[in-house]
Amino acid sequence: MQYLLMIYGDETEAAKIPPEQIKTMMPAYAHYTEAMKQAGVWLGGDRLRPTNASTTVRVRDDKPQVLDGPYADTKEQLAGYYKIEAPDLDAAIDWAKRCPGARNGTIEVRPIWEMQVA
Amino acid sequence: MTATPKSRDARAAAETAARQSYGRLLAVLAARSRDVAAAEDALADAFAAALEQWPSKGVPEKPEAWLLTVARRRAIDRQRRRRAGSEAEDHLLLMGEESKAMELEENDGDVPDKRLALMFACAHPAINPEIRAPLILQTVLGFDAATIAAAFLVAPATMGQRLVRAKTRIRQTGIPFRLPERADLPERLDAVLEAIYAAFTEGWSDPAGTEALRRDLAGEAIWLGRLVASLMPDQPEALGLLALMLYAEARREARRTTDGDFVPLGEQDVLLWDNKLIDEAERLLAAAGGMGRPGRYQIEAALQSAHCARRHFGSTDWPAIAGLYAMLGRIAYSPVVEVNRAVALTEAGQAGTAIAILERLSADRRLADYQPYWAARGMVLARLDRNDSAREAYRRAIALERDPALRRFLQGRMDALPAALLN
Repeated sequence: MQYLLMIYGDETEAAKIPPEQIKTMMPAYAHYTEAMKQAGVWLGGDRLRPTNASTTVRVRDDKPQVLDGPYADTKEQLAGYYKIEAPDLDAAIDWAKRCPGARNGTIEVRPIWEMQVA
Repeated sequence: MTATPKSRDARAAAETAARQSYGRLLAVLAARSRDVAAAEDALADAFAAALEQWPSKGVPEKPEAWLLTVARRRAIDRQRRRRAGSEAEDHLLLMGEESKAMELEENDGDVPDKRLALMFACAHPAINPEIRAPLILQTVLGFDAATIAAAFLVAPATMGQRLVRAKTRIRQTGIPFRLPERADLPERLDAVLEAIYAAFTEGWSDPAGTEALRRDLAGEAIWLGRLVASLMPDQPEALGLLALMLYAEARREARRTTDGDFVPLGEQDVLLWDNKLIDEAERLLAAAGGMGRPGRYQIEAALQSAHCARRHFGSTDWPAIAGLYAMLGRIAYSPVVEVNRAVALTEAGQAGTAIAILERLSADRRLADYQPYWAARGMVLARLDRNDSAREAYRRAIALERDPALRRFLQGRMDALPAALLN
């Protein structure tokens, strides 16, 4: 099965982290991504810019509404994601537990809705 | 339907197979696809086919293998009907695997026991704790939603919906049907045991045994407890839970007088206890204790064991019981454990310590409408000759209790307090 691991964290807290500490966090993610690739589970993944770079778009009555800011004001924001291939939920949860972001944030594990080939 | 002796036999054979094999067959059928609902449908088809064919053709030599083969074919037929054209290609692969598995099993004719894996799936952390016990009862024992709803005092439609949702969740989230990794095992096993214990306490909460469904639930929970203990004999907590349930079951007859009055554990007639069940529980607890890994269920069973020792010694070792509650509180603290410890200390002649514990708990808002807390307060205060306060505590306990037998008992305790001195 395919799963999306969504990494949530408090942006305002993250913004307070000194740059030298950020530097030590990057290798942790690099190792994690490498481990996923070697295990053959990695399908994709990215780090996202903070929500102050977000733009939300809706179309109502054929009129587009474009707004600055994120969709929802929440305490923790989506900061990045991995798309993985795992045999089952337990395997996906094991990868989520190893994600560096799980230490101070939250990882949401969601199965990808796999479409039947028409 | 006219029942010839032969068809009656076939029906009985099918019913026996159903009772003993349901969970075993469902576990095997759902293991690969994780589709519990589809497995249930296929199995229902197979049992219907058995009822139709066994009376005329005779009961097959290996009924379980027969049912499994038929259920698998039905499952494939259903899938085929649902999917058309090129979609089926993907599915042919799975079907190929299934029939290979079928051949393997048909060769030795024994259906592998995957019920434990099924229970771990039902009690997975990704499943709502409240639906775990009902889900296990449905998948392992084949209970229908209406029966489970009645036992758990929930509207049938609500229970049906919750069960369907949980099964969909197992399939969609990819919850595996296998034993957890060693590192996760203690915690995950605890969830399975908790679900079984929840079923037991649901059944136990009808002390008069007037509601057959709920009484039977305690029996079914013991059956599940036996199953887990037999499949994981090296897990002391599995043995501990079974022992705990057997001790409690052994005292069922003694919990009420013939008039339906409540009898507290310390005053129960030991001649009404089931010695065979107690002996079995003692053996299980000793075996669990020998593994040197104590846990919540073993300590709770040890508490029961200490109470049951009265059948030999004629009196209860209350200091030992208070000590066990202290130990339980260290492993799994809860205000309920503290209330019980206070009662045991009072019986052991330490009412002063007991009231200090209860005073400390009084800040806990969860206890404000917890009947046993107020009953315990009444008892401890009475022992300290603080009769007015005791009366007040009993009054609150009575107001909170729904069971008339318990209300009568508490009223009796309150009435026995020395009357307040006038003037």
